[in-house]
Amino acid sequence: MIWELDLVILTLVVVTAIGAISVKDLLSSAILFGAYSFMMCLLWAIMGAVDVAFTEASVGAGVSTVLLVAAIFRTTRRTKD
Amino acid sequence: MKVIAFLIVILSGSILLYATVDFPGWADPASPAHTHLSPHYIEKTMQETSVPNIVTAVLADYRGFDTMFETAVIFSAGVVCFILLRVFRKEKGEHHYRHVPTGIIIHIKNDRIIPDSSEDFERIDTQWTPYDLVIKTVCRMLIPFIQLFALYVIAHGHHSPGGGFQGGVILGASIILLAISQNLRIALIRMQEKMHALLCPIGVLIYAGTGVLCLFFGFNFLDYSALASVLYVDPVTARSHGILLVEIGVGIAVMATMIWIYNNVSSAGKYDEGL
Repeated sequence: MIWELDLVILTLVVVTAIGAISVKDLLSSAILFGAYSFMMCLLWAIMGAVDVAFTEASVGAGVSTVLLVAAIFRTTRRTKD
Repeated sequence: MKVIAFLIVILSGSILLYATVDFPGWADPASPAHTHLSPHYIEKTMQETSVPNIVTAVLADYRGFDTMFETAVIFSAGVVCFILLRVFRKEKGEHHYRHVPTGIIIHIKNDRIIPDSSEDFERIDTQWTPYDLVIKTVCRMLIPFIQLFALYVIAHGHHSPGGGFQGGVILGASIILLAISQNLRIALIRMQEKMHALLCPIGVLIYAGTGVLCLFFGFNFLDYSALASVLYVDPVTARSHGILLVEIGVGIAVMATMIWIYNNVSSAGKYDEGL
């Protein structure tokens, strides 16, 4: 475990998580959520949980982002609050 | 309201952070989780199941009951999406067609259509009409390789990271990629609604059926060593093959559910025009 790499990824996890809940544009939020999932996937891989990392990459960063984008396409792109 | 929600988030977050103080150190060999069960899995998995990847053995064999109900949860997610979103009522609509040789787009009202067999015109969506030959061709070339990789992930889950869930998601994603790069109707020709709606319970049934088959031979539910007499192998190898069987079931169920949810969400339940 390289602590510099760990620090960078952990910082990016926090930044993307705060970004995903604070932006007004829901499409950007979905993309940031995908980036968050990918950073989590890298964290799992660093910690040696390769199976979890694989699941996170395919489900979290891949398909769930597509489903969110599809839902935004059918509803609205701006949040009310 | 926002302030209250923020305070609740801060409060529960700090409680969770406080709770992590009680955790054992990361990878501490003396922690409770690592003193009783983990050594057994690490030392005995190879003898008992002949599966090199311990995670797969734990997921599909030692904790097979958990995984079965995880698959059932995914199945019910697909069913709920279908019940909430699907509409069967046909609306009188307008259709858009692109004249392929010239790129001119025509707009037909009052539910009139140009037959699908027409080679000069192709139907396009009303809201989403990009036309990019590069994206279409690259996706068409990539999809077979993605599917082959997904099958490898499912079949090779015993030896490397992967298994039914990941492989199923990748298989589903390949069909979703087809729907995104072309349109939903072309994806529906490849994987019809009846097909993916049927494959979803079939995957769960394969899993549960493997368990029930073990019951018939007088063993416990999901004790795959019962399959030794059917597969003509010794009980240890039979457990490895049983894991492969249920992984295939999980893969089918997950693939069908992903496609099912995507089709319902992206077309708002109409299965006509989608992202």
